[in-house]
Amino acid sequence: MIATLWWVLLIGATLIFLFVAGLIVWAWRRPPGEVSERRFVVWLGLAFPITVLVALLGYGLVVGERLLPRAGPEVVEVRAEARQWEWRFGYADAPGRETENLLHIPAARPVDVAITSIDVIHSFWVPRLAGKLDAVPGHVNVLRIEADRPGRYEGLSAEFNGVGYRDHRFTVIAHDAEGWQTFLQGETP
Amino acid sequence: MNALRRHRALSRIWASDPGLRGWFTTVNHTDLGRMFLAVAVFFFVVGGILAMLIRAQLASPRSAFLGPDHYNQVLTMHGTIMMFLFAIPLFEGLAVYLLPKMLGTRDLAFPRLTAYGFWCYVFGGAMMVFSLLAGVAPDSGWFMYPPLSSTIGAPGINPDFWLIGITFVEISAISAAVEITVTVLRYRAPGMSLSKMPIFAWYALVTAVMILTGFPPLILGSILLELERAFGMPFFQVAAGGDALLWQHLFWLFGHPEVYIIFLPAAGAISTILPVMARTTLMGYGWIVAAAVSLGVLSFGLWVHHMFTTGIPHMGLAFFSAASTLVAVPTAVQIFAWIGTLSKGRPSLHLPMLWLLAFFATFVIGGLTGVMVAIVPFDWQAHDTYFIVAHLHYVLIGGFVFPMLAALYYWMPHFTGRKTYFKLGNTAFWLVFFGFHGTFLLLHWAGLLGMRRRIDTYEAGQGWEAINLIASISGFVMAIGFALVLIDVVINAVVAIRGSRDPWKAGTLEWAMPTPSAPYNFASLPHVTSRDPLYDDPELPVRLARGEGYLGDPGRARRETISVEIASGAPRYITVFPGNTALPMLMSAITGLFFLGMLLKTYWLVPISASGVIACALYWVWSLGGTTREGPLPVGRGPDLLTAAETADPPGWWGSIFLLLANGTFFGSLLFGYVFLWTIAPNWPPPNFAEPGLGIGLTALAGAALTALGTRWRPGAALLFAAPGLVALAVTGVMTLMLVPDPTAHAYDATLWVLIGYGLLHQPWHS
Ligand code: HEM
Ligand SMILES: [Cu+2]
Ligand SMILES: [Cu+2]
Repeated sequence: MIATLWWVLLIGATLIFLFVAGLIVWAWRRPPGEVSERRFVVWLGLAFPITVLVALLGYGLVVGERLLPRAGPEVVEVRAEARQWEWRFGYADAPGRETENLLHIPAARPVDVAITSIDVIHSFWVPRLAGKLDAVPGHVNVLRIEADRPGRYEGLSAEFNGVGYRDHRFTVIAHDAEGWQTFLQGETP
Repeated sequence: MNALRRHRALSRIWASDPGLRGWFTTVNHTDLGRMFLAVAVFFFVVGGILAMLIRAQLASPRSAFLGPDHYNQVLTMHGTIMMFLFAIPLFEGLAVYLLPKMLGTRDLAFPRLTAYGFWCYVFGGAMMVFSLLAGVAPDSGWFMYPPLSSTIGAPGINPDFWLIGITFVEISAISAAVEITVTVLRYRAPGMSLSKMPIFAWYALVTAVMILTGFPPLILGSILLELERAFGMPFFQVAAGGDALLWQHLFWLFGHPEVYIIFLPAAGAISTILPVMARTTLMGYGWIVAAAVSLGVLSFGLWVHHMFTTGIPHMGLAFFSAASTLVAVPTAVQIFAWIGTLSKGRPSLHLPMLWLLAFFATFVIGGLTGVMVAIVPFDWQAHDTYFIVAHLHYVLIGGFVFPMLAALYYWMPHFTGRKTYFKLGNTAFWLVFFGFHGTFLLLHWAGLLGMRRRIDTYEAGQGWEAINLIASISGFVMAIGFALVLIDVVINAVVAIRGSRDPWKAGTLEWAMPTPSAPYNFASLPHVTSRDPLYDDPELPVRLARGEGYLGDPGRARRETISVEIASGAPRYITVFPGNTALPMLMSAITGLFFLGMLLKTYWLVPISASGVIACALYWVWSLGGTTREGPLPVGRGPDLLTAAETADPPGWWGSIFLLLANGTFFGSLLFGYVFLWTIAPNWPPPNFAEPGLGIGLTALAGAALTALGTRWRPGAALLFAAPGLVALAVTGVMTLMLVPDPTAHAYDATLWVLIGYGLLHQPWHS
């Protein structure tokens, strides 16, 4: 969905850019003489951007709405705690379990990650699963992620956090239903 | 008196001191404008060298050229220098140099304040350069998010340089802004009503007011963060009731308007240059003014779009997303009005126009990617990646640097009085243009491929190597282009042949004087009846030189100009400007000691230098002089006028009004911070509140009443009431401080201390 959003944005932006460029070429070649101020200021300057923006905003809101986490029995809850330069993960379904730099989730189920930090500001980002959300000390932000199929996904810290920033990463492992049960019972596959 | 004798007489009155001394004692706007511009260009070169270090480091994967420690300093200083020490001061320099000339007057409203601001900029900038050379430069990124920039993340002195050095430099921005506002409103040629002002003056006015309202939140934030770092007052530490997000709000409350503070002057230059290049007049003057004003207002409601990933509530996201896309509208109004201007004129491809075309091509792309990142789901992907780096350079270089280069080539004949003769500038143009797009176009893509901003190096095999190599090579091509521009300017300034007075056939007043301009600008001041006085009357410059305008008689042997009614531009009174003095430089040096004392934690220096600054300020005010009553004096045309000192609203009064505006937003930001902590920060309420007893309340009331009484009275009696009143108020302050426990215990206590400190500092001013 984000990919579609990007292509819509890119194509729209390219068209607008070409339109403006064409208009400049036209303006340059046109013999001098009065032109309608209304046409430029009111139609092109006001009406045109307002129309485009309203359409775009509507589309953006719809996409944003669909990405919104919805509650349900399916939802798995995990906790992500960042520090310089490490991630620790905890699991509602397996109290007491804690993993370092390795987040286990079930595939094909929505997962809510409760993100926080114990020192500076970090950001939790798994590019292939969702957008990013910051880890702010004292606050807990919840991000919905979902992996379509089992596998390993690369995760990154996406807020500058000092000299160890470059290598502040983690890995997400999405298990199939069976693998997830095994993990919860403590026998990490 | 003929034109030459008048020129000699006026030059004697207005000239700066000769020789080296002149550099330090000048208060003349032409000199100071040039000095501002030269120092800003110096910082562009420094920032550019740092950019080249960045590109050298990122040219190949696993580069060991700079370690993360040095990379972070280089990156932070690149952003900081470009934003605070290059872009804003370049605007200040341009406005300081141009405004009085465009407005048809002889100097800015407060010449000594111009000088004071300039020296604060130089000394503050020197502090920053020193930190870079000493290897202890700030390294938390240009927006300095705590806790990374606080003692937890950065125990060293590095962030202190930023917090203190930039606040010092900020003084120059505030001074320039007060100066510009009052100048545009009150110092114009007689007859120049608001609607006849050159468009650049409108942009400068909006920008200046934005500086007055946009910078105080950052100054407040810097003070709070420095208090946290130096004394442990926990404004941003969550465990003790603070909140790291408070900084982000204060910073972006400044930071977003900052982008428009940078763009609007450039748009002002475009609106001035483009019609001249197209041999016509600007389309939609009124619309453009309205667009600039609404950009200024809107930009204060958008700051949250820099914080879309911090966990802002859902409704907030939708609101700020909509508001952010909305700014595209006034921007579009300007762009299309400019294109309309082109279409009704006959454009020709001189070098300034070439740069304006580069502006269109680049800035439109930057604007479109800006709309993209205002769409929240997209921003969640693009935020903090190279997509943002590319976007911001399209906006800043396309929307500021390119128009400023157009301005450079447009006004160069004015600076030097020479024809631009050598054509090196064209080669430079193509190198910069292709170098720029080569550097940044593909970096959008790298960002979408997941390249985070601010990483010091990267692994091979992620598909970024080619992009980064191309970016680095193009970056160096662009740098060579900029170097050629500098060489071109120097050659043209030194060896080109003398040119005619108005080479572009423009209509605004800065071309109605011989170039390079004399220190007094106009031998006599014009009476303006339209937006392009030179089109109405091509003979105007000659007639002004012959003394046919206002104040053409140098007989009173002092620096005089005329102040006008704000709206109509009718002449109101004569302003007498102060002469050359080293006081501004001295005062800013002492101000520097104040900041240095804080930086080095040699706190005994702080009260001493503060008293020094106050002493200077008192001397400054006292030496304003003008106590003898002269009555109405002849000004060469129209009715006789009083001098400013004999009127009810002299320029100083207006200056104070706008300083109060800045002060008001400062206090507003402080209250915002208090409310924010109270409602949002996790560890509230504090364990115990300060409980003011009856005694404090009574003392405070008595003090306030006495002081108020005192200020209403004539000077002698005022002291009788005001003095005990002030003492009572001071006692209240101290009593309250004793009530409030340790300021390091909780953000609540720390905030009370700051509020009381603010109150105490303000007592003497309000009486
Ligand atoms: C001369 C050509 C320039 C080049 C090649 C260049 C290059 C770069 C690069 C590669 C970065 C990102 C570094 C990173 O995130 O690791 C960067 C950051 C930045 N640049 Fe430039 N830049 C140039 C000019 C400018 C100008 C003219 C301005 C402003 C007027 C500017 C403002 C910034 C800012 C604000 C940042 C962000 C710094 C931060 O993340 O803390 N740059 N620049
Ligand atoms: Cu961020
Ligand atoms: Cu912004």
